[in-house]
Amino acid sequence: MSDAHTKPKIRWHIVVFLAPAVLVYTAVMIYPLFNTLRLSFFTEVDQERVYVGLQNFHTLFGEPVWSEQFWNALGNNMWFFMIHMLVQNPIGIALAAILSHPKLRFTSFYRSAIFIPTILSFVIVGFAWKLILSPIWGIAPEMLGAVGLKSLYAPWLGKEAYALTALSLVSVWQFVGIPMMLIYAALLSIPDEILEAAEVEGITGSSAFWKIKLPLILPSIGIISILTFVANFNAFDLIYAAQGALAGPDFSTDILGTFMYRTFFGFQLQLGDPHMGSTIASGMFAIILIGVCLYLFGIQSRMRRYQF
Amino acid sequence: MKTPALIGAMLASTLVGGAVSAQDVTLTIESWRNDDLAIWQEKIIPAFEAAHPGIKLNFTPSAPAEYNAVLNSKLDAGSAGDIITCRPFDASLALYEAGHLADITGLEGMSNFSPVAKSGWSTDDAAVQFCVPMASVIHGFIYNKDAFAEVGVDVPKTEAEFFAALDKIKEDGNYIPMAMGTNDQWEAATMGYNNIGPNYWKGEEGRLALLAGDQKLTDEAWVAPYRQLAKWGEYLGDGFEAQTYPDSQNIFTLGRAAIYPTGSWEISGFNGLADFEMGAFYPPVQNEGDTCYISDHTDIGIGMNAATENADAAKVFLNWVGSPEFATIFANALPGFFPLSSAPVSLDDPLAQEFISWRGECESSIRSTYQILSRGTPNLENETWNASVAVIKGEETPEAAGQRLQDGLTSWYEPHK
Repeated sequence: MSDAHTKPKIRWHIVVFLAPAVLVYTAVMIYPLFNTLRLSFFTEVDQERVYVGLQNFHTLFGEPVWSEQFWNALGNNMWFFMIHMLVQNPIGIALAAILSHPKLRFTSFYRSAIFIPTILSFVIVGFAWKLILSPIWGIAPEMLGAVGLKSLYAPWLGKEAYALTALSLVSVWQFVGIPMMLIYAALLSIPDEILEAAEVEGITGSSAFWKIKLPLILPSIGIISILTFVANFNAFDLIYAAQGALAGPDFSTDILGTFMYRTFFGFQLQLGDPHMGSTIASGMFAIILIGVCLYLFGIQSRMRRYQF
Repeated sequence: MKTPALIGAMLASTLVGGAVSAQDVTLTIESWRNDDLAIWQEKIIPAFEAAHPGIKLNFTPSAPAEYNAVLNSKLDAGSAGDIITCRPFDASLALYEAGHLADITGLEGMSNFSPVAKSGWSTDDAAVQFCVPMASVIHGFIYNKDAFAEVGVDVPKTEAEFFAALDKIKEDGNYIPMAMGTNDQWEAATMGYNNIGPNYWKGEEGRLALLAGDQKLTDEAWVAPYRQLAKWGEYLGDGFEAQTYPDSQNIFTLGRAAIYPTGSWEISGFNGLADFEMGAFYPPVQNEGDTCYISDHTDIGIGMNAATENADAAKVFLNWVGSPEFATIFANALPGFFPLSSAPVSLDDPLAQEFISWRGECESSIRSTYQILSRGTPNLENETWNASVAVIKGEETPEAAGQRLQDGLTSWYEPHK
């Protein structure tokens, strides 16, 4: 017996089973991430890579040509995130609450219909909505005209004041299925006994939702918020598909992803600058990291959990 | 030591497929013009191979948007083809400076080209050329002849006539006067500012003065084109703010618009789409009798991979690209992409012939922002897109736009400091 304690065996099967995931994850996630961080400390002088320390960050935040673009992109990104939090997630929760109603028929049909846009490619969504909203071929002007509201129509995607909001709402349309599914699953996992106990106490209908169900799904809402945050600050595809890398009109739809793309890979006559691009990518990484940490340590650790 | 050569030989043998006899040399051509694949295979390659037994050509294009990235990685890996199609200006200059493009200044065929034609692929001091100029695109306006006859307007020669024609078409109401949108931004700068601009800054004279720092973007010659653009807004279709480039193309070819500010690259596409007769006019001059200036922009060049093992064969091919024979084949196969050689070429397509005839009447220049000026941050070309759009929409005054661009240029360009 004592032999087993003095000679602990190396449990090789753990290493073997972990290896594939660790290797793949290292190769496609961890290595590129650290290499990007590393690149941001270099610059190119006469075809040679030179270490410049924090110079690139100084340029990004210190020089108005760069910093104005960065703050503009960050501000737009905030707005993009706000719209998702204020529109997408409440609608997602409401849809889930309606779908989980026991008397509703065809629930699986509605569920699939609402979820389908999520699996469409950004390019399809971008082009389809561009066509729908087009002042020339689009159905939006006619549809508004049919109900006598033609005067409300404007070429939204071409107007600085509306373009970003319009695209945010397109993105909401595409992704509203995700919070709906997660909340739906959370609602289904609430035991019937609790709801029945509440009913006995006289809490039914909408007050059952506000007083019983909502507190129980709060952890799921927290997870959805953080997923939305990460996805929004990494967003790029929809803006690029709909407005191109210059994120027009007048950079009003420019978010961190498009700004980084334009800088890293270049655009038209602007040659790509991998080092400044990496600097912006590092900035994005820092913003997301801070956001996630705030959530994890500030909110999630204080959230109450109910065990059934 | 021998490994790279061996790998090269193996790669070459896979490309050739062993079908060619041992003494034949095969030149692989890198290009972004995948639209032109059929033209190369059916016309250009047979013509060259017939005249030059012993040299075979293999045209291997990639997608335009990916070309620069694909080419760079192939060059770095040493697997790029012998012949490289060159983007104009800085993209190719960077390749030359990195030692990927060979110096071909001494090539006989280069004597067939004017300095303007060569400017796209020369070092800044014009001492070294690294690509043979292959094709240019000319800017101007294409118009719907039926619409002009119906409304009763003539082809405008001066700016006053141009706006009178636009007013008349607008009043008539059957046609959108001008098909252009600002959603994609580049049309406003490329088909707007750089199309009408050379008339104001007197083509090469103004462009070179701007490069030298003798003129500024706040000068009247550089602000005046914005003043004209500011007047364009009211002649564009409803909702032009969200109108894209393909939208404009469709509006014009469907016969819904009368005038389309454009470049000659549209010709081959439009010929197949429009069922009305099209004509073209060059940017109207300010006053009757003024010299006209056109943007005859260098677009495609062709050079030699510095690491090629078939340098002699590659030079033979590049010389042939510089010859009038190639110019004629290329121009007729691709109406709208005009050869840059000084040798006269005749074209079968009437619309293309109209465009190229302006070279005799007007002075040629290239887009003002392409050489050197778009090297710094902020990027002048991108800023010009932005400013042209803002001016057309009326969100920025022409003077403010000029001032903003000049401030950006002053911040990094030595001659303007």
